Amino acid sequence: MEKPIQKPAIRWHILVFIAPAFLIYTAIMIVPLFGTLQLSLYKEIEGAKVFVGLENFNTLFGDPRWSESFWNALVNNTWFFVVHMLVQNPIGVLLAALLSTNTLRMRAFYRTSIFIPTILSFVIVGFAWKLILSPLWGVAPNMLDAVGLKFLFAPWLGKEEYALTTLALVSVWQFVGIPMMLIYAALLSIPDEILEAAECDGITGMSQFWKIKLPLILPSIGIISILTFVGNFNAFDLIYSAQGALAGPNYSTDVLGTFMFRTFFGFQLQLGDPHMGSAIASAMFVVILCGVSIYLFGIQTRLRRYQF
Amino acid sequence: MAAQTTMSRSPLSQQSFRAIAAHAILITYTLIALFPVVIILINSFKSRNAIFRSPLSLPNSETFSLIGYETVMKQGDFVLYFQNSLIVTVSSLAMVLLFGAMAAFALAEYRFKGNLLTGLYLALGIMIPIRLGTVAILQMMVASGLVNTLTALILVYTAQGLPLAIFILSEFMKGISDDLKNAGRIDGLSEYRIFGRLVLPLIRPALATVAVFTMIPIWNDLWFPLILAPSEETKTVTLGAQVFIGQFVTNWNAVLSSLSLAILPVLVLYLIFSRQLIKGITAGAVK
Repeated sequence: MEKPIQKPAIRWHILVFIAPAFLIYTAIMIVPLFGTLQLSLYKEIEGAKVFVGLENFNTLFGDPRWSESFWNALVNNTWFFVVHMLVQNPIGVLLAALLSTNTLRMRAFYRTSIFIPTILSFVIVGFAWKLILSPLWGVAPNMLDAVGLKFLFAPWLGKEEYALTTLALVSVWQFVGIPMMLIYAALLSIPDEILEAAECDGITGMSQFWKIKLPLILPSIGIISILTFVGNFNAFDLIYSAQGALAGPNYSTDVLGTFMFRTFFGFQLQLGDPHMGSAIASAMFVVILCGVSIYLFGIQTRLRRYQF
Repeated sequence: MAAQTTMSRSPLSQQSFRAIAAHAILITYTLIALFPVVIILINSFKSRNAIFRSPLSLPNSETFSLIGYETVMKQGDFVLYFQNSLIVTVSSLAMVLLFGAMAAFALAEYRFKGNLLTGLYLALGIMIPIRLGTVAILQMMVASGLVNTLTALILVYTAQGLPLAIFILSEFMKGISDDLKNAGRIDGLSEYRIFGRLVLPLIRPALATVAVFTMIPIWNDLWFPLILAPSEETKTVTLGAQVFIGQFVTNWNAVLSSLSLAILPVLVLYLIFSRQLIKGITAGAVK
């Protein structure tokens, strides 16, 4: 706890400055987080809250009905993340590298337009793509037809094998602006002297990017990766708006967020269960904690930071 | 890099080739980024037949129709939803910026016991999403009678926004020169005035960046409105659009119009502030 005591007098202003943020953050974020972890150890039995230890987790991982859904959601979530890492971040880096060229014209226009999807809500994005990909409206098949590729069209959001990847790509489309902006800022912060020195040594163009710029922006790429990770394992909105709480077809787009939502609130015939919902939230907590720790202790400490 | 042999001419032609390639890639991606937004907007002004017959063409005098917007205005209470979203976003934003800047100032300016620990504690929320605590948050809001009030949403979003705001702002505040603040102290300014009169104006670009990054997820959030405030009176635009579209799935005019109504205000705000946003982001990098 912060004790603003220095030898002569209490410096009240420090307390005044910190208290509002500290109190709201603790009351609304930290306490409920631990409250949720605690709730996962209880169970409702005949209307009373009973401590059951790890029984909820036993059900979650032991009962085939639950564990199947959980692993399905976890695997889907991982794939969702992998698609983002493989598609979103490389595209973001490429766009940023192109934008940071000094001589490029219309920079502001590109920057502004490419960032537009990022400011839209998941609901808009989910429905907009649902309409565009719908065979009923025919925008996507007609456009493919125009370039002679109509045979490629399938109702992607409706097929079990494609739906999740399609949604992941929609999410990539929406969020590519964030890695682009962060990498762009990182590239701009590379001092000109370094680039000039490289040019003197004959390192220009592509090789300058790979040999000079990329190593310098690796810390930013690391931060983006962990932001992508936390964001993806927290995903819910896009899938809920495009496919509903049941994350169809046949749960093929179910991620941890939608699984937790269904469990907590109930759906169709199953009643909502806050304690099982908390158990899933706790499992998500562990997953995110593992990812963040791997990043903090495994990756970040190995990244060299250059001070200019 | 076969340029070495023809040093006299090649740098220029190679450069222009590179510029053309860069533009080609950027234009392609810009089209991909804008296409869905544009197609929703133009089709929302067309009659039902035209939407299906020629989805890619602009509305003309024959196909122009506002029927979708009329339906939305009659059936959905979008004015109220907008008002709710505005109240929630502006109030939480104000609280995040004020309380965040205050805490960041204390952490950056003063040395006291537990400074580092408090900083780490407050930064925890950047990595751990607040949604994991939803079950307990809901129980807490039920217990305090705040379910289906905008207050519940404002409190949650304030807590959600604070960690990142404090982190970014304290980084900025460490960069402000001590001489200035000490000069203020010698002139007899209280610590509160130094914060309000000297420091806050100096970190305005950082505040703008934090404002944008705090605002977007709040305005667009579906999870907490759905769980904490789903009643008709407290629906936000995002939730309102979601529910409305769910009811009118087959009415394409209404769906496209409600999507456009949800897009337009954010789009206009973004276009107004985009310059500030870019400045703020790159200022953080260049300093």
